[in-house]
Amino acid sequence: MSTREQEFLEYVQAGGQAESGDWLPEEYRARLIKFIEMHGNSELMGVLPEREWILRAPTLQRKLALTAKVQDEVGHAQLIYRVVEDLGKPREACLADLVSGRAKFHNVFHYPTRTWGDVGVIAWLVDAAAIISQKALLKCSYAPYARIMKKICWEESFHILHGRDVVLTMMLGTDGQRELVQEALTRWWAPLMHFHGNPIPPDEDPMVVWRIKSQGNEEARQQFLDGYVPQIWELGLSVPDPKLRKRDDGVWEYTEPDWEELRLVVTGHGPRTAERLDLRRAAHENSAWVRQAVLAEAA
Amino acid sequence: MPEHSRAELLLPIADDELVLGWRNSEWTGIAPFLEEDVAFSSIAQNEIGHARALYGLVAEELGTTADELAFDRPPCEYRCAPLAELRRLDWAGTIARHFLYETADELRLDALKESCDAAVAGLARKIDREEIYHRLHAKMWFDRLRDEPRFRTALLELWPYALGVVPEHLRDRFGERAELPSNTVLQGARGTHTAELEPLWEEMTMVRRSIPGAAW
Amino acid sequence: MIYEVFRQERSGQAFQHAGAVVAPDAVFAEVYAREQYGRRGESAALWIAPREALTEVGDFVDELGRNYHRVDGYSLKAKLREARDRAGTLAS
Repeated sequence: MSTREQEFLEYVQAGGQAESGDWLPEEYRARLIKFIEMHGNSELMGVLPEREWILRAPTLQRKLALTAKVQDEVGHAQLIYRVVEDLGKPREACLADLVSGRAKFHNVFHYPTRTWGDVGVIAWLVDAAAIISQKALLKCSYAPYARIMKKICWEESFHILHGRDVVLTMMLGTDGQRELVQEALTRWWAPLMHFHGNPIPPDEDPMVVWRIKSQGNEEARQQFLDGYVPQIWELGLSVPDPKLRKRDDGVWEYTEPDWEELRLVVTGHGPRTAERLDLRRAAHENSAWVRQAVLAEAA
Repeated sequence: MPEHSRAELLLPIADDELVLGWRNSEWTGIAPFLEEDVAFSSIAQNEIGHARALYGLVAEELGTTADELAFDRPPCEYRCAPLAELRRLDWAGTIARHFLYETADELRLDALKESCDAAVAGLARKIDREEIYHRLHAKMWFDRLRDEPRFRTALLELWPYALGVVPEHLRDRFGERAELPSNTVLQGARGTHTAELEPLWEEMTMVRRSIPGAAW
Repeated sequence: MIYEVFRQERSGQAFQHAGAVVAPDAVFAEVYAREQYGRRGESAALWIAPREALTEVGDFVDELGRNYHRVDGYSLKAKLREARDRAGTLAS
C-alpha cells in the first residue's frame, strides 16, 4: 500500500469520511462500487418477488401499503445507483451487468414467494435483517452513501410495521391463516440465516477495515436473532432449528447454515434467479426505445 | 333530490379507478427507468386511493365496506369501462391510455363537483386536486412521445375504447380536448366487458377468496 | 441530465442537499424530485438545479491562522482573574 493509501486508511479508521470528488485509493473505490452496486441490484431484484402480491392484495389498504413498500425499494435503487454513478460506473452498465449475471444481488431475492404468508414474513423479517445491515452503513466512510442510508433507513421503518401488521392480523385470524404464516416462516428461515453472510472476523473483513460498514457479519446476525426470535416465539410461531437458543452469555446458538448453498445462490443458481433476471432483461429491452426517446441513451 | 343513487353514480368511476390502478401497478418495478417507476407507482396508488374513497361513500349508502365493494362482486357486476381492463405492458399503450383517461376523467369530475350530494361534491373536489399532478404527468409524457409512431398508433387504437369512459353528452368535448374525432365508433361501451376482466379479477381476488370472510 | 435536489424539512429551515434525479428536462425533474423527496409530505419545499449550474468550492486557505475574527481567538480567563483580583472582587 502506498503512503497516500495508508494515510487514507488511517483517516477513515479514525472516523474520517470522503466525498465523491476526493482522491480515493483504487482498492477502496473498487470495493465500494462492488458493494454499493450489489445493494442497488438487491433493491431492484427485491421488487420482483413482491410485486406479484400487489396485484393479489386482499384489501385496499394492503394493496396501497405493498405498492408503497415496493415503490420505496425502487426509489432506493435509484438513490443507490446514483451514488455508484458518481463513483464512476454508469447506471446502464450496472443494469447490463445485473441482467447478464455478472453482478450479484442478495440471496433472499433468489427464492420464490408462494403465499400471502410470504408477504408478511418478508416485510417483517427480511426487511428487519436488511435494516440491521443498513444501520451498519450509516457511518460509512464514503459520505454520499452514508447520507442516502439515512433516508433509506427512515423509509424502511414503515416496511417492518406493515409486515408485522400483516402477520399479526393473520395470527389473529383463522387456523388456515396461521398455517400460512408458519409455513412461510419455515421456508424463509434458512435464507434469513444466510442473509448477513458467512462469519468473517471483522478485522479480516475488508468492508469493516475500510469502514464501509461498521459491523461484522456475525454481529449483525446476532443482532437479528436477539431482536426478532423473541418476537417470533411470542406469537406462538416456531423456528425450524431445534438448536436455536440464547446462551447465558447472551450469544445465540444455532445450527450452522449451509454456506455452500449461499455461495451457489448468490452466484446465480437460486431457485428463481434465472426467471427473474429474464424478466428484468425483457422489461429493460422492451423499454429501451423509451430511454432513447426521453433520456437520449443508446438502447 | 339526487338524480342517481350513489351506487349508480360512483361505482362506474370507482371501478374504473380500481381496475386502471390495478393495471398501472403492474408497472411497479419494471417501468422504463427508475425515476419514472417511482412516479408512476404514485399515480397507481392515487387511483386505488380514489377508488377506496369512492367505494367508501357508496358503502355508507349500502351498509357495506369499501373492500367488499372492491373485491367481493363477481366480474359481471363491475361497472368499469373496458378501456381500463386492457392489458398494456408496452409504455406507448400505457401512456396513451393514461393521457386519454385523465382527459376524460377531468370532464367527469367537473360534473361531479356540481353534485347536490355534498359528500360526493366534496370528494370530487379533493380527487380533482390530486389529479392535477396526474394531468401534468400525462401531458409531460404526451409532449415527449407525440411524434413517436408507436405512440400515435396506440392513441388511435385506444381512442374508440376511451370514448366509453364518459357519458354520451361529454364525448364531443372529450374529442376536442384529446384532438381526436368524437364521431369515432365506440368500442367497449360501459356495461360490457372485455375477455381481460375475468383473468384480472381472478388474480386480484385469489388471496381474498382463499379464506372467505377472513381479515387480512 | 442530472438535477440536484435541495430540500427544506420544515418552513423556515435551511435548504439542504438531498440527492439527485436523472431527467430529460426541468419539467420531468420537478416531477421526479417531488416523488423522491416529497411523496410522503416529508419536505416543505424543494430547490432543483441542473448539476452544471452548481459550482463546488472546497479548498479554504488559512496559512497564518486568522483567529482574530473568531471566538477561539480570544482567551480572557487569565486577564479576567487579574482584573477581579485588582478590584477586590475575586471570589475566595
